[in-house]
Amino acid sequence: MKNPIKRYFPIFVLPTLIAFLIAFVIPFLLGFFLSFTEFTTVSNAQFVGISNYIKIFTEDATFLNALWFTIKFAVVSVLSINLIAFTLALLLTRSLPLTKLFRTVFFMPNLIGGIVLGYIWQVIINGVLYNFGYSITSSENFGYWGLIILMNWQMIGYMMIIYIAGIQNIPTDILEAAKVDGANGRTTLFRIIIPSVMPSITICLFLTITNSFKLFDQNLALTAGAPGERTQMVALDIYNTFYSRVGYEGIGQAKAVVFFIIVAIIALLQLRLTRSKEEEA
Amino acid sequence: MKKRILSLVLALSTLILNLSLAGCGGKKASEIYFLNFKPESAAVYEEIAKKYEEETGTKLKVVTAAANNYEQTLKSEIAKSDAPTIFQINGPVGYKAWDDYCLDLKDSKLYSFLSDKDMAIKDDGGVFAIPYVVEGYGIIYNDAIMKKYFALPNKKSNLKSASEINTFSKLKEVVEDMTANKDKLGIKGVFASTSLASGEDWRWQTHLLNVPLHREFADMKDIVDIGLEMLDADEISYKYSKNFGDIFDLYLNNSVTEKTLLGSKSVADSMAEFALGQAAMVQNGNWAWSQISGVKGNTVKESDIKMLPIYIGLDDEETQGICIGTENYLAINKNVSEEQQKKSLEFLEWLFSSETGKKYVTEKLGFITPFNTFSENELPNDPLAKEISRYMNDAEIKNIPWSFNAFPSEAFKKEVGNALLDYAQGKKKWDEIKTIITNKWKSERD
Repeated sequence: MKNPIKRYFPIFVLPTLIAFLIAFVIPFLLGFFLSFTEFTTVSNAQFVGISNYIKIFTEDATFLNALWFTIKFAVVSVLSINLIAFTLALLLTRSLPLTKLFRTVFFMPNLIGGIVLGYIWQVIINGVLYNFGYSITSSENFGYWGLIILMNWQMIGYMMIIYIAGIQNIPTDILEAAKVDGANGRTTLFRIIIPSVMPSITICLFLTITNSFKLFDQNLALTAGAPGERTQMVALDIYNTFYSRVGYEGIGQAKAVVFFIIVAIIALLQLRLTRSKEEEA
Repeated sequence: MKKRILSLVLALSTLILNLSLAGCGGKKASEIYFLNFKPESAAVYEEIAKKYEEETGTKLKVVTAAANNYEQTLKSEIAKSDAPTIFQINGPVGYKAWDDYCLDLKDSKLYSFLSDKDMAIKDDGGVFAIPYVVEGYGIIYNDAIMKKYFALPNKKSNLKSASEINTFSKLKEVVEDMTANKDKLGIKGVFASTSLASGEDWRWQTHLLNVPLHREFADMKDIVDIGLEMLDADEISYKYSKNFGDIFDLYLNNSVTEKTLLGSKSVADSMAEFALGQAAMVQNGNWAWSQISGVKGNTVKESDIKMLPIYIGLDDEETQGICIGTENYLAINKNVSEEQQKKSLEFLEWLFSSETGKKYVTEKLGFITPFNTFSENELPNDPLAKEISRYMNDAEIKNIPWSFNAFPSEAFKKEVGNALLDYAQGKKKWDEIKTIITNKWKSERD
């Protein structure tokens, strides 16, 4: 008794497989190949071995600076987004008035595009700083915290929705049983709620980590790396390497490959770590 | 969970496939394709394309790259099967990147139209790109405000009009006295904001820096071609650093905007300040006319717009002119079919030599061209273009060419812009800026 869907699996998967090949696998392999070449457009590449990779770390200090800035940004924003989003989710799953309205309001920033958000926040932050005789480009710290505020404002709503779904999925009998057994709020939170929403935590951490690392449009619109490329994140650095210097296309490509490897490793480690804590429900 | 993610990924990839398939249009072998650099002229080129098809039957496709995005657009467009047949490079440095794509135009009519054959980009006896517009920049001033100043009873300067300013010290005296009297003159500052936002700093890191660096190379003995010499130079001494600092300080200290806030000002901001009469002077070129005239509530009269050279205190600056040159060179893609190459050249020849084409060029595009097919009265009509041709035709004045075409790279210019911002915000001293500029030049040339 074989499942017919299983039998026709190749036919069903073919269209999407082709799409996946064209839109992802082929560009990815091409990009990998181009990182070992010198080229202006993809059709006139010349093989140069690993010299592009060497140049990233020897000739060009911007990559390491950008990487360090990105890591600092990612750590702080991942923590703050998840903590705030989880707290809001806890609040908005209680029987408080207007919870539906608040959920909608918090979610809305996520619907606005990154470039628009970047410019809006640039105006807001400059509006405040002007009063003190500064602008967002006056110091890299303004740009750094500006990016963190912006990212929090945008991502919290989305993560909150995922956490809310997770919290609502906790069977009420467990919570009631805990209450009957005399568990206080703290114990309920750490022994029941958090372990039960581990799948949500996995997905939220994954989304925030990868998004923080790959952040591009918000960075471009808010500071564009100013002052002095000191608020430039890796994605923007790759873009600038690729486009603003003659003969650096291959190096930009090599940076992209290195960046991919770093993000992939971090994301896989995180998935493994949090998956192992998930309960088999 | 896994299944859900998988189905999501699959759904997304089908979506992407659909989008990318929809993006592939049909392609005609005889069609010509011009990738336009100037966003402000996009609508005019559409009109020209229509007119050209009516007259000759050749279909011309015009795509305009967004501001500051030409290289990006060209890189992706030229790799397509339906590649641009006519594209633009920004000078010798741009030619290095695109030499695999430039057709030799040595025998073309377009090259024969060029009045000064040295302006074309040549390599190994071939001619690979031809300039099509001459532009100039200097300090644009609003003569109405200047007249007001020279009529003040308590003015310190003994000059009588702005046209008498011919050295840096005179400029400085007038500007600083104007700042002292700015309330009487009804301005917020003499100079419009020194825009230093990222991507908006080219007026300083490229245009202003051209003046001291050009002179540095011009001072050297036995130099045939300053541009080529600069292109080969692995190092600069940057000996006119102080002069650059003097003019930059003058801009910063007599500005509409406080120094520390300049990091968020754009070129459009400063052109608006000038157009609204809040500032008396702004450093920019003739292309800025459309920006000035396009500002709502514009108070500057056409007849009051004049241009001064950028004086920075060099020797014999009484005869120094404005900066005149081009960074707009046309090239024909040598990888498209011969028919397309021929038709592309025909189009350019039509545009720059036929009556209809020339009319579009002078009246709608507003270009001052370097071609001998244009007679002396076929010039655009805006006040800044008139100033440019006034300087070009003044035999006593030595205009400064655009040597910045030979600056090492965009990354170099960007670094200079960043350093200037740090200086404006008081985070770096001028000596440090000098070191940054000379070091970056060296490292970019390695």
